Amino acid sequence: MSAPRVADRLSALGQWAVEHLAALGRFVLLFLQVMARMGPILRRWRLVVAQTHFLGNHSLAIILVSGLFVGLVLGLQGYYTLRRYGSEEAVGLLVALSLVRELGPVVTALLFAGRAGTALTAEIGLMKAGEQLSAMEAMAVDPISRVLGPRLVGGAIAMPILAVLFSAVGIIGGWLVGVGLIGVDPGAFWSQMSEGVDFWDDLANGIVKSLVFGLVVTQVALYMGYAARATPEGVSRATTLTVVVGSLSVLGLDFILTALMFGDL
Amino acid sequence: MNGEYDEAMRFEEVTFGYGSSVVIDRLTLSVPRGKLLAIMGGSGVGKTTLLRLMAGLVTPQQGQVVVLGEPLSSGNLKSLYAVRRRMGLLFQFGALFTDLSCFENVAFPLREHSDLPEQMIRDLVLLKLESVGLRGAAGLMPSQISGGMARRVALARAIALDPELILYDEPFAGLDPISLGVTAQLIRRLNDALGASSVVVTHDVAETFRIADQVAVLAPSPSGARLVAVGTPEALQASDDPYLRQFLQGQTQGPVGFHYPASDLEQAFFPAGSA
Repeated sequence: MSAPRVADRLSALGQWAVEHLAALGRFVLLFLQVMARMGPILRRWRLVVAQTHFLGNHSLAIILVSGLFVGLVLGLQGYYTLRRYGSEEAVGLLVALSLVRELGPVVTALLFAGRAGTALTAEIGLMKAGEQLSAMEAMAVDPISRVLGPRLVGGAIAMPILAVLFSAVGIIGGWLVGVGLIGVDPGAFWSQMSEGVDFWDDLANGIVKSLVFGLVVTQVALYMGYAARATPEGVSRATTLTVVVGSLSVLGLDFILTALMFGDL
Repeated sequence: MNGEYDEAMRFEEVTFGYGSSVVIDRLTLSVPRGKLLAIMGGSGVGKTTLLRLMAGLVTPQQGQVVVLGEPLSSGNLKSLYAVRRRMGLLFQFGALFTDLSCFENVAFPLREHSDLPEQMIRDLVLLKLESVGLRGAAGLMPSQISGGMARRVALARAIALDPELILYDEPFAGLDPISLGVTAQLIRRLNDALGASSVVVTHDVAETFRIADQVAVLAPSPSGARLVAVGTPEALQASDDPYLRQFLQGQTQGPVGFHYPASDLEQAFFPAGSA
């Protein structure tokens, strides 16, 4: 390989890195811009309520159905393993801890990115393509506090609620399999669960996780739509990127958050 | 603060470009208060960019834009928004909010910028819609009305706050002859009824000359758009500038060629050594 080709590749790599760093910078900047307008955003509480309702409702069906199936499978798999140690009654505890600590927040966030996140990106991207955001600016209305802000707050509120519902339905799924199908003693099922799940260490940490995921996934979706090129290809690319970047951020952040929260265990 | 200006809008040596290409080069231009200025020129000459500069949606690289007596600066968002509240901008395709009805579109600036009671907002919105002839369409969604109607609803929205300066981006593009005449008369009437000043960006010669007080014609040039002529429609008709003649009369022959700059014709079809 000749020297100029190495230089070309190095400069292409450098350019790639610079472009992605710049995009990350714009992402963080947009987030800070939304945060700086939190006062005016919360004064538009009607919009925040409408967006929370919209985003939550959008994902409710898929969240509930997925939660039920995840709970059913957890019940089966948990029973299969626990039986070897003669502690089938702990299946309720296993299902509850898995859901509340990990699967609830993470799977909800992944589904939310695919369902509500893509809808948000397409909506913002098309608003941009139709010059609706420019029209708003020309009317002296700030699109960041009128359009982006209420959606971000709505996403951050909706996500923990959805995650709690996911876990609740999942526990019912585990109960159906454990108590209904396999015949674990219902008293042992519930008492082991209520003994073993700690409000602060397990429940509260799971809710904090899903709050963070809600902020990140919604912000990714909003940024992708806001930064999209105002063409059909641009919007479609942005929608795909929302799922890819949103999901990877959730999985990456989950590891970091878990390490921070449960590090001493 | 209102009423302290003679020129509704003034460009002072404004230069603007995207990337390395210069769109507008040291342009100086102004709109006297109460007048209707039309900015004309071929497609892609930078007319819409001029409007975006006037609304402060983009910032000039050099020079200054003064609107309603206030110099625009992107650094001071508060004063920029204060000026924008006093002007209305009509986008080429209306840019209505597709999730809101026609009524709510027109009510949008009123709700955002005033604390008026609901009853008064309703009356104001219906008045504005009446002035563009679309009171009957108040309950329809933007997807249910035609392009020409959408533009009139957008016009009602642009004048909702009784602006002192109204900017129109290609208001005649894609309209049928009847809507075209209606829109042109509407623009003139609103200008006079509101006591406002207007800037219309367009390439429709006949309608524009009927309603404009002054016409500015831009011509493309490699170093950015160049102002060919500014004057009353009559004065421009009498001019003998070759570009102006070609543009106003729609001639195919003239300083503007049919072909986009390309390599030599013979070179393209019979490259040296191919035969």
